[in-house]
Amino acid sequence: MARRYDSRTTIFSPEGRLFQVEYAMEAISHAGTVLAVLSKEGIAIAAEKKVTGKLLDLSLTTVGGEGSEAWMAGGGEKIFLLNNNILTGLAGITSDANSLVNFARNSAQRHLYSYDEDIPVEMLVQRLCDMKQGYTQYGGLRPFGVSLIYVGWDPLHGFQLYQSDPSGNYSGWKATCIGANHSSAASLLKQDYKDDITLEEAKSLCLKTMSKTMDSTKLSSEKLEFATMTLHADTKQPLAKIYRPAELDELLQQLELGGTKEETVGVGEGTGGGGSGGNIAVST
Amino acid sequence: MECSFGITGKDYVLLASDMSAGRSILQFKSDENKIKELGPHLAMAYGGEPGDTNNFADYIERNMRLYHIRHHHALLPHAASSWIRRSLADSIRSRRPYSVNLLLAGFDTTDDTPHLYWIDYLGTKAVVPYAAHGMGMHVSLSTMDKYWHPNQDRRDGVDVLKKAIAEAQHRLSIKFTFNAIIIDKDGIHTVDLAAEDPIGKIEAEKAAKAEAEAAAAAAAAAPPAAAPEASAPVAAAA
Repeated sequence: MARRYDSRTTIFSPEGRLFQVEYAMEAISHAGTVLAVLSKEGIAIAAEKKVTGKLLDLSLTTVGGEGSEAWMAGGGEKIFLLNNNILTGLAGITSDANSLVNFARNSAQRHLYSYDEDIPVEMLVQRLCDMKQGYTQYGGLRPFGVSLIYVGWDPLHGFQLYQSDPSGNYSGWKATCIGANHSSAASLLKQDYKDDITLEEAKSLCLKTMSKTMDSTKLSSEKLEFATMTLHADTKQPLAKIYRPAELDELLQQLELGGTKEETVGVGEGTGGGGSGGNIAVST
Repeated sequence: MECSFGITGKDYVLLASDMSAGRSILQFKSDENKIKELGPHLAMAYGGEPGDTNNFADYIERNMRLYHIRHHHALLPHAASSWIRRSLADSIRSRRPYSVNLLLAGFDTTDDTPHLYWIDYLGTKAVVPYAAHGMGMHVSLSTMDKYWHPNQDRRDGVDVLKKAIAEAQHRLSIKFTFNAIIIDKDGIHTVDLAAEDPIGKIEAEKAAKAEAEAAAAAAAAAPPAAAPEASAPVAAAA
């Protein structure tokens, strides 16, 4: 029955469902987990890297930095800076995600051009969701196979954490998760989250939940990306930090969640993510 | 033949404009309000080519309102100033430019700071602590320079404004009447320059309003048994 309505994204099935949108969401629940935790002092976001492996050449990529250096973090595949005040973590089809990141960066720069201020977080989320929704309604195209977590700060509402899915729905959270095992991660977060959490506690909760959710027992920078959004101590302006591998490993060691190279080499190779995709729709 | 002033203080910004309208040496009107409220904490005093001024002020007002409706919050003063400056910069490069000069005053409620921008028809924008457009620029800037100081309170601000206006009246052959507003964390209030103590008057109005609101809230919270018919509409109004 479903197949008659499969090929068209914009046609309801007799049960009142849009299968392509549901399939897109299904694709995302196989993608690498992304998890973020909000606190009054800032937000922590962690993402599981799926495409790893010895043969992957990362020699020309920079993989982290703070403030304006975070723009150069092109080596990351999961966490991107969309604007000075907004970071995003992506789960889903990488190529779709890249195009959304491009769109988001464009929107943010257009706002900066018109108003000489950083785009408010919810406005950017809304822009992206309007676009994603459009692809569930106007004919001939498939929806974006991407869910996003947005972490940001603006003067109107302070630190904010949002999540959006392929249908174009979005919602604000104190802690949330997308990708593989998102429901079990969400229930772990629900248990352990407290409203008056500090940033250090948020970072720890973020990574601890990640370690319980992911397959590998020991975490390391090989399989993980990590970033924070805070306020600069002096200027009180938003400061994004995408952790460099060494910084992340140090943090993981502090939290006793891994971070040592020797123990995790086998894990990274074992899953062999780099070669497993093989077609255009590599979910990461 | 026009004259407007803007003065910032510790937690407020003052805006004053003359009320004359006319052509050449003739004055047609002496009660034209040339200050426009653009939002809950934003207003501008504008002048320039008659017709252009009203048209441009309406255009800005409607666009500020549109942004407010679309995004559920008003533009912050800095963002609004950038947008308005851009409008004028685009306009001067068009076939039929607006010739409008304005002082934009706003209060940023996110960090409780007053903002004042001097903007002209060429698309020049300057962030300033005190400013004047029109004839006042020639005669009263020095007065404001002498008496203005940072962190001055409201009454000091009104004093500086009155001195600047007096200087304009004294030195110019045209006689102006002025209207003025003050913007603070509570919004925009009219300043009655003729009053003995304009700030005291505003504070009395604020207190009276707060009292009326408290009374309305108390009436709404009162047990419905006391006045069963009256309680429903009062609650709805509150």
